[in-house]
Amino acid sequence: MIAPPLIELESLSFSYTGSQSPVLDRINLTLQHQQQLGLIGPNGCGKTTLFHCIMGLLKPQSGSIRFKGNEISEVEDFFTLRKEIGMLFQDADDQLFSPTVIEDVAFGPLNLGARPKAALEVAHKTLTDLGLDHLEDRVTHHLSGGEKKLVSLATILSMQPRALFLDEPTNNLDPETRERLIDIIARLGLGFIIISHDYDFLAATCVDLAGMEAGRIVPADHSALHTHHHVHPHGTHPHKHGDH
Amino acid sequence: MKFETFSTTSSFIQRLDARIKLLSSLALIVVISLCRTFPTASAGLTVAIVLVLTAKLEPWLVFRRLMLVNGFVLFLWFTLPLTYPGETAFNLGPLGISREGIALAALISIKTNAAVLVLISLIATSSVAALGQALVQLKMPIKLCLLLLFSYRYIFVIHQEYLRLVRAARLRCFKAGTNMHTYRTTGYLFGMTLVKSHHRAHRVRQAMVLRGFQGQFRSLCESQLGKNEVGFSLLILTVVAALITVEIISRFQS
Repeated sequence: MIAPPLIELESLSFSYTGSQSPVLDRINLTLQHQQQLGLIGPNGCGKTTLFHCIMGLLKPQSGSIRFKGNEISEVEDFFTLRKEIGMLFQDADDQLFSPTVIEDVAFGPLNLGARPKAALEVAHKTLTDLGLDHLEDRVTHHLSGGEKKLVSLATILSMQPRALFLDEPTNNLDPETRERLIDIIARLGLGFIIISHDYDFLAATCVDLAGMEAGRIVPADHSALHTHHHVHPHGTHPHKHGDH
Repeated sequence: MKFETFSTTSSFIQRLDARIKLLSSLALIVVISLCRTFPTASAGLTVAIVLVLTAKLEPWLVFRRLMLVNGFVLFLWFTLPLTYPGETAFNLGPLGISREGIALAALISIKTNAAVLVLISLIATSSVAALGQALVQLKMPIKLCLLLLFSYRYIFVIHQEYLRLVRAARLRCFKAGTNMHTYRTTGYLFGMTLVKSHHRAHRVRQAMVLRGFQGQFRSLCESQLGKNEVGFSLLILTVVAALITVEIISRFQS
């Protein structure tokens, strides 16, 4: 028997109150377990809204969301989904609110009912796996932008999710942290959806790609992506991506 | 902006549980601020100085902070001796300086400094995070505790956002003057900062909810009250009892 997909969206529509045109316009999308999907699209095309609808932060006006084959609509249903899908916000300052790094990373596990000692252990292990254990006792708002991004990823990974939603993860990242993020994502081996307008980043991390335009999912321009992904790394004039 | 000047100096007092420090300072400050006689106030000041010394704080920084408070106390010295009714100590030209006024100003000065020193040695030596957590454990209203913790975390972010707006205005040649344009722009800057903070708060909440937050903070440190805490509490209780005794005796004598 084939397991139902992790997430299945059927004709999902959402519009903000008072707005004429819908932000999400009858979206159909399927994410299989372990699928690594990149969503590319211009600013304001509804990518973030899509994430917020799936996570239950926004209530779509019509359409359905199925998680592992079960339709979810109530608040309690979303709790189970949130346990298994970790979402990384665009701005790391939104995600890091605890005074110290270790407390923030342990926040999720504590909410899931872990004992303080167990939560600390998970937090410590997560940070160590990401090579961030030296930041443990640092004050979150004193971290650099890149460190903040990696630590906020740790705050989600400590909840041991099955899949990730990453919202514009490369915004304002220096090339070095960007490379590190690509490396980490590849090592995790989790399923995910990454939304971004950074072609090269998606090409380096995702297997599947789709585009988003004016609230609709459209097939991505594969030829352009493949050229980037395959030609440049082996070219005679190697250069860094993402800094043009 | 710089906060937590004193919470990083390692000392016996700094390591004490924040709950004990909160309760101790409360007890000391209530006694110090309610006393009406010099012996009690002076004894309180002595206790406060001993606490500051035990906390091993940078004397210069403590002094600077005290000066800040004494700026306000100075106003009392300007007004009380002139206005307080009582026996005239001496005359400054046509103005009579009241003996009771001087005594009262002196008493208030001693009490104020004692109270501030107690706060610096006991409260300022804990991090804001520890204090917030301690207040939660002391069963203070959870909303107020969260307000304290979040204000502290985001004041930097809000300040940065404000500075970014100010910079943007300056880069377009904005110069503050006494005119409508300046008032309007300043209004916009504050308004925008407020709106941005509101949105930020909304997003922070969303991020917390996605990580399973349901309105209750779960503490990481299973804090225990050890020997040091018990000893310190007993010591402070004794001191408080002694101060009260001194006050009763002094009032009885006068």
